[in-house]
Amino acid sequence: MMVLILMVGIFQSWNIALSIFNLCLISAVMTMGANIQWGYAGLINFGIMGYTALGGLAAVLISVDPVQEAWRAGGFDILMSLWLIVVMVLVIRFILKRFEKSKIRTYSIAAIIISGILLIRFSAEPGIEAIEAVDPAKTGFLGGFGLPIIFSWIVGALFAGGLAFIVGKVALGLRADYLAIATLLISEIVIAIIKHEDWLTRGVKNVIGLKRPAPYEVDLQTTDWFIKLVEKFNAGKLSVIENLADRQAALNQLVIEGSSVFVKLCYSGLFLVVVIILLILTQKALYSPWGRMMRAIRDNEEAANAMGKNVVKQHLLIFILGSAIVGIAGAMLVTQDGLFTPGSYRPMRYTFLIWVMVIVGGSGNNFGAILGGFVVWFLWIEAAPISLFLINFFTAGIPETNALKAHLIESVPYFRFLLMGLGLLFIMRYRPKGILPEKIEIK
Amino acid sequence: MDFVNAIILLLNYIFIPALTYGSQLALGAIFVTLIYGILRFANFATGDMMSFGTMATILFTWYFQSLGVSLGVLPTALLAIPFGIIFMIFYMLLIDKFVFKYYRNQKSPPVQFAMVSIGVMFVTQAVVRIIIGPGDRRFFDGEKFIIKAREFKEMTGLNEGLALKSTQVITIFVTIVLVSLLFWFLNRTKTGKSMKAYSDNEDLALLSGIDPKKIVLVTWVIAGILATIGGALYGLDKSFKPFTYFNNMLPIFAAAIVGGIGNPFGAFLGGYVIAFSEILLTYAYKKFFMYILPESMEPSSLVQLLSTDYKFAVSFSILVIVLIYRPSGIFKGKVL
Repeated sequence: MMVLILMVGIFQSWNIALSIFNLCLISAVMTMGANIQWGYAGLINFGIMGYTALGGLAAVLISVDPVQEAWRAGGFDILMSLWLIVVMVLVIRFILKRFEKSKIRTYSIAAIIISGILLIRFSAEPGIEAIEAVDPAKTGFLGGFGLPIIFSWIVGALFAGGLAFIVGKVALGLRADYLAIATLLISEIVIAIIKHEDWLTRGVKNVIGLKRPAPYEVDLQTTDWFIKLVEKFNAGKLSVIENLADRQAALNQLVIEGSSVFVKLCYSGLFLVVVIILLILTQKALYSPWGRMMRAIRDNEEAANAMGKNVVKQHLLIFILGSAIVGIAGAMLVTQDGLFTPGSYRPMRYTFLIWVMVIVGGSGNNFGAILGGFVVWFLWIEAAPISLFLINFFTAGIPETNALKAHLIESVPYFRFLLMGLGLLFIMRYRPKGILPEKIEIK
Repeated sequence: MDFVNAIILLLNYIFIPALTYGSQLALGAIFVTLIYGILRFANFATGDMMSFGTMATILFTWYFQSLGVSLGVLPTALLAIPFGIIFMIFYMLLIDKFVFKYYRNQKSPPVQFAMVSIGVMFVTQAVVRIIIGPGDRRFFDGEKFIIKAREFKEMTGLNEGLALKSTQVITIFVTIVLVSLLFWFLNRTKTGKSMKAYSDNEDLALLSGIDPKKIVLVTWVIAGILATIGGALYGLDKSFKPFTYFNNMLPIFAAAIVGGIGNPFGAFLGGYVIAFSEILLTYAYKKFFMYILPESMEPSSLVQLLSTDYKFAVSFSILVIVLIYRPSGIFKGKVL
């Protein structure tokens, strides 16, 4: 796999190779999250997209500087509404604890929820409008805490875990395929909220220019040690050029290229650390008594229950853990891109593709999950060039003006769907356990 | 007079659009429910199968248009739908033979079927996009309106206009005919009854001599008809775009589950439940209240329960609530 990425580096460019590598790492983290749920516990979670988006939201809320003006304009109303929500939840909990289950209780809870939502809407409306009116072209939202963006990786995990707790409480009792549908729909609801609550996330106006944990290219290009480094690396190439002005120009070009490669390398390093830590943790978990218990629950729920294992609790726990890992990946993704675009969260890319990675890589095997993330993401990116090459190869005898050939070349970007679909179908059919099947060694 | 105006307003902006949208959802939901009841899996390729059928219909429509064949005031697509259906059924049987049959023989768990259907979803999506492209396509021709808003105002002297698009009438009419035929088939014919029996209890049905191959075949044929017509009607009414069709899978699933999955009649009603609640909850009632309330009590805000951005979220929330409180759906379907 690494060889393939190196080949891209040599043939296309190091920049492309590194960006593929970085996204492979992020995909690997997402896949590990889904793999924990599916491979360890047999829980199907089609809500990956929602947790990814929440991780991204965490990155925004942590790193952006607070917009003081917006806080003054509508902060009070928003805080009031938050209090209202807390009060509502407490009242409902109180009713649930205090009274016996009855029709009246159900109806009164429904009434509280509906009237609470209306009340919150009316109390928050002026605040939201005031916040969104504050310099809408640039801010128009509350902003965040202005902390380093790295913290968001933890906060993203907390956010995603929190959502998973709610979803798990609601939906985990369902049968597998219903759980899939329910999680898919809940993640759509999450995206709808993130897209349209402009006071919190700027919605489809996107948040751009997030702070970076890595240096900026522009700064690097004027730093002495970096220029020296580039000069040293390319000493051979530069010494060939005789003319001093030409050499300077060539060096400048190299520095510009080198700076973006260097930044990407910084990200790769950070991501690699995350992947390795997660890999160690998940491997430890897999071979621990806890991992054995999870597999027992997965393979025979009733037997595990009879042995005194709390199936419901363990399912909820692993659901939260897996989703939290996906949340980390979401925050990493936004960190790398430096921008948050709620409109780009689509189930195809963030849910189904991740599932292809899990299935292809091998469910229940952490190395399989990482491999799946790498292979599938690599193919997803490189599918277009590959299919373009194949089309040209097979239609070599047909003139360029042929309508069919032109049409095929035009639709090259969609061959990636075909490739993914066929790949998934073949793996499901002939290697249902994935490329690296689950292998439990008993020591 | 104001009261009549208010009624017309609701008819124009809520009732007729919801009825049309509901019909389109209902056809899709019956498709999902049939596959679920008889082949026993949640078909994630639903939206894309519908878009495949619509694509076939569009291609035939273009072919007929190039031949100069048309139905006059009616859209040419109506003529193309039968050919689209044949194409669709052929595609579905092909997929069944090469993909689903293996897992059926293996008696795989439903989750595995669902995963496989995701593979089918990817492939179908690719095929549709490669053949017709990802863009927005309108293939409606013929007379667009039956009643125009302005004509209606002139005719009745009311303030509010009532526009009736021909696609809306066609959608509702076709849905009623198709669904009645389907229920007649399921409840009255021998094949239909044996399908129900197979759905209820596979082993018993096999014991009483029902041929499973025939049941599966008939199911795919009906599914092909429903998918193509549902998709084509949606495309006629709005427009055809593969991505929209993929997204429509979600409210369709919601409709099928709300109605009680495995229960065709429930799915039919579920479509309308979803459509009406989506539109009722996101409509701004300001104008309506302006008509029926005296001037002093007129509302200043839009009187909108939820912004239209949350249209999809409404149907999903309904689904989640139903799943928690009545997992077998409003009309009893298979218990989870």
